[in-house]
Amino acid sequence: MDLDTTLTFLAYLVAAALFIVGIRRLRNPETARSGNTIAAFGMVIALAATLFVIEFQSLLLIGIAVALGGFLGALSAERVQMTAMPQMVAAYNGVGGGAAALIALSEFYHFQAEGGSSLVADITVPLTVLIGSVSFMGSVVAFLKLQEVAFTGSVTFPLQQVVNALLFLGILTLGANAFTGGAIVPFLSPVASVVSVLALSGLLGVLLVIPIGGADMPIVISLLNAGTGLAAAASGFVLDNYILIIAGTIVGASGTILTRLMSGALGRPLGKIIFAGIAASGAQKKGG
Amino acid sequence: MDILAQLAVMGLAAFLGFELISRVPNLLHTPLMSATNAIHGIILVGGMITVAQDGPLWVKAVGFLAVFFGALNVVGGFWVTNRMLAMFRPPVKRVKRRV
Repeated sequence: MDLDTTLTFLAYLVAAALFIVGIRRLRNPETARSGNTIAAFGMVIALAATLFVIEFQSLLLIGIAVALGGFLGALSAERVQMTAMPQMVAAYNGVGGGAAALIALSEFYHFQAEGGSSLVADITVPLTVLIGSVSFMGSVVAFLKLQEVAFTGSVTFPLQQVVNALLFLGILTLGANAFTGGAIVPFLSPVASVVSVLALSGLLGVLLVIPIGGADMPIVISLLNAGTGLAAAASGFVLDNYILIIAGTIVGASGTILTRLMSGALGRPLGKIIFAGIAASGAQKKGG
Repeated sequence: MDILAQLAVMGLAAFLGFELISRVPNLLHTPLMSATNAIHGIILVGGMITVAQDGPLWVKAVGFLAVFFGALNVVGGFWVTNRMLAMFRPPVKRVKRRV
């Protein structure tokens, strides 16, 4: 390890510690706001440290993308009505998941181009794309439901669960096709397979969330939030990057617990919410 | 061996995540969700690393979009959490004084 890599690694550890302190302070109303600030400070350290390990000439491209995304984020967060907070969180969560899926796709291209892909990457690339893309489109649907633009109420159609299962099987097959170099579906190149996984996972994300009613959306958003955390952690394995593994896993784990706490506080058992689609399509069958 | 170290770190981080969220007042559920949402914006680090690599235009575009999304997640996430916490902090204090 050269000096830059070592310093970046140490900065990542500081950032991880600040995230943990931040979340700890967020458990108490008195210290919550400072907790958020501390976590944000940790983020700044992690991002600044990353600048030292990447090619200098790409700074302009990164700067433009960060400026655009940051500006839009600040503007939307400042303008949003207090009552519309849940869907705004869903939107930010969705783009996080989308970013994870896109990163995995981009890295998969680089692995293919360099001709060397490891077993770890073979497993974690499709996994990251799957979770990230489900989280992205699931969050889009949650946003549209809460904003009452589309999919209001519980949207079901016949054989919904069968379609979901087939989609999932298709995703697994395409994932396997990606890392066997196109041995299963010969007309799809490995990169095309990963792009297909991205598309089908997005569709799965839509189908998983549309049957769930608007009242349960905050819990669904919390679950998708945990999912995006896991996608970030999985992308950490793809990129061989510790801060992504650490921060992503902490969010994945704490998000799962938080989802259970929320569903308990609202008196809506988690199993009931997730399987609402099954119950609804079953009732529909009886009615018809 | 690298993968074993990474899995060990992941296991510890998962344990930490579970331990961190326990007995949180209902009032703080949404801000906590929002703050952890901002923290997974760390994915921006991954976006920066991937876009910095050489590749054809479409791969660069994918990386650019990932960085854009990541920045949106980070800035929007922390900003909106801050607004949420700024809103409900005073009433909490009043309740405490009364008790």
